[in-house]
Amino acid sequence: MNPAPSIVFFTTASGAGYGLLFWLGLLRPLGLVPGGQGFGLTALALALVLITAGLLSSTAHLGNPRRAWRAVSQWRSSWLSREGVAALATYVPAVLFGLGLLAEMPGLTAPMGLLAALGAAATIYCTGMIYACLKPVKEWRHPLVVPGYLLLGAFSGAALLAMLGSFWGDGAVPAALALLAGLAALVVKNIYWTAIDQAPPVATAESATSLGFIGKVRPLEPPHTETNYLLREMGFRIARKHAEKLRLLALTAGFGAPAALCAFALLVGGGMGAAALTLGAALALAGLLVERWLMFAEATHTVTLYYHGQ
Amino acid sequence: MTCLPAPGAKKLGLVIDLDTCVGCQACATNCKEWNASGHSAPLPDFKPYAAGQEGVWFNRVHSFEAGEGEAGRTVHFPRSCLHCETPDCVTVCPTGASYKRAEDGIVLVNHDTCIGCGLCAWACPYGAREMDEDQGVMKKCTLCIDRIYNENIPEAQRQPACVLTCPTKARHFGDLGDPESAVSKLVAERGGQPLMPELGYNPVNRYLPPRKKALPPSAPVEDAPTPMDIKNPLLRWMDRVLSR
Repeated sequence: MNPAPSIVFFTTASGAGYGLLFWLGLLRPLGLVPGGQGFGLTALALALVLITAGLLSSTAHLGNPRRAWRAVSQWRSSWLSREGVAALATYVPAVLFGLGLLAEMPGLTAPMGLLAALGAAATIYCTGMIYACLKPVKEWRHPLVVPGYLLLGAFSGAALLAMLGSFWGDGAVPAALALLAGLAALVVKNIYWTAIDQAPPVATAESATSLGFIGKVRPLEPPHTETNYLLREMGFRIARKHAEKLRLLALTAGFGAPAALCAFALLVGGGMGAAALTLGAALALAGLLVERWLMFAEATHTVTLYYHGQ
Repeated sequence: MTCLPAPGAKKLGLVIDLDTCVGCQACATNCKEWNASGHSAPLPDFKPYAAGQEGVWFNRVHSFEAGEGEAGRTVHFPRSCLHCETPDCVTVCPTGASYKRAEDGIVLVNHDTCIGCGLCAWACPYGAREMDEDQGVMKKCTLCIDRIYNENIPEAQRQPACVLTCPTKARHFGDLGDPESAVSKLVAERGGQPLMPELGYNPVNRYLPPRKKALPPSAPVEDAPTPMDIKNPLLRWMDRVLSR
C-alpha cells in the first residue's frame, strides 16, 4: 500500500498526541506528574497541537477535504467514521480539562482528565480498527495491529510526557512508563513482523481468477501499459532488504534507544536526565514515522494478484 | 446509509464467459465511451496525448496463462465490479456515499457526498474502484444504471454497454437472484464461479470456466485390407501366393 505522507504523519502525530493526553489525563489526577498549572497546560497544549495537526494532515489525504464533516455520519458501520466521532468527542473533555487547569478546579480536572484519557484510547483503537477491518490486506488483518497502535501511542505519549515532566522537575513516572512501553513495543513489533512474514496469503491468483482448476495462474498481459490509481495506491512495493534495514532502525533507534535513555534519565535525573528524555522523545517520534511508513509500505493488497500474480 | 440493506430478491449482475472471451478490449472501450458521458461523467484521462497517459476505467481486461504445457491455456479476463452481496466497500464508507441498492443489489457511489478518502478502494479485494483524481471522488461500475432502466432507448439496448458490444457474446446481463433467469441457467449449466469466495464478499457476478480443451484426435487407423477386400480374383490369387 502507498505510504501517503499525510497519513503517515497523521497516525504518528495524532497517536503521540492522544498518548500524551491519555497519560496526562490519567496521571495528573493521581498526582504522579508535576502538579503545577504551567506543566499541565503545556502538556495539554502540546497534545492538542499534535492531535489537531495530525487530523488536519489526514484531511489532506481526501479528494474533497471540504466535505470532511460528512465523515462523522456513518458510525454504525464505519471505523473511519467512528474515529472521527471519537476524535471530535475527545476535544470536549480535553478542553474542559484545560479550563479546569486554568481555573485551578481539581473537581473539574480529575473527571475531565479521565474522560479525555478514555476518549484518547478510544480514538486510537478506532484508528487501528480502520486498518484491521480490511480483509484484502493480510498485514493489516493481523490481531497485533490494534494492540500495536495502542501500545505505540502510549509509548510516544509517555516519552513526551516524561520530557515535559523533567522540565518541571519530575518525569520519573512517565519515564518509567515509556521505558516499559518501549520494551513492550520491541517485543510486539518483533512478533508482528515475524508473523506477517510467515502469514499465508489471504487469496491466490488461482482463486482471484477462478482458473485454479487448470493449474498455476500467471499474468500474461496487463490491461494497460501505463500505471493507474490501483497500482499507485495498492501496488506499492518495498524491496525486502530495505524493509529489513528499516525494521532494525525502528526497533533500535525508535524503541530501544528511547527506552535506554529513559532508564538513564531515571538513574541520573536532573539536567542530564531532561536532556536524555528530550532526545528519547525525539527518537521515539522519528522511529514511529519509520514504523508507520513500513506499516503501509509492507502491506500487500489482493488486487496485485491480478497484476503481479502475487 | 452505509449499513447494508436487507438482502433483496433481485441481484443484477454479469456473467462472463472465459471460454469465448477473446480479449479484444471492446467491452472496456465501450464502457469508457458510455460512462464518460453518463451517470459517472466525466471519466477523466490524464496526459492523454503524452507519455504516462492514464485514466479511470471501470473495466480492465487482463490476460493470464493457466496450467503448464499442453494442458495450459491463455485466458482473457475482464475485471470489473462484482456487485457483491456483502461488500465491505459499502460498510467502511464514513459518509454514506457508497451504498448498495436494496431493489436490485447494484453498488453505487453518490458523487455529491463522497469525500474521496479512498477507504472503499482499499476494502475492495477486486480493484473495482478507481479514484477520479480530478473531481476527488471515487468512481466505479454502475452496471450502466443509466442504460438498463432508460426508457428513452429501445428495449433491446437496455443492457450494460460492455454486454451490448461484446463481439463474441462472452458477456451476459441479468438477474442472478432469479433461478429461472437466462443468466442463472447459464451459470448452473456451465458451473459459473465466484472470484475470491474465501474473502466472504459474496460476489454476484459469475465467471464461466473455459471449456475442456478437445483432445487431439487419435492417429488414423492404418488401412489393413484383408484378402477378401480384393475384388479382382486374379489379384486375390497373387496376394495369396505372394503372402506365403
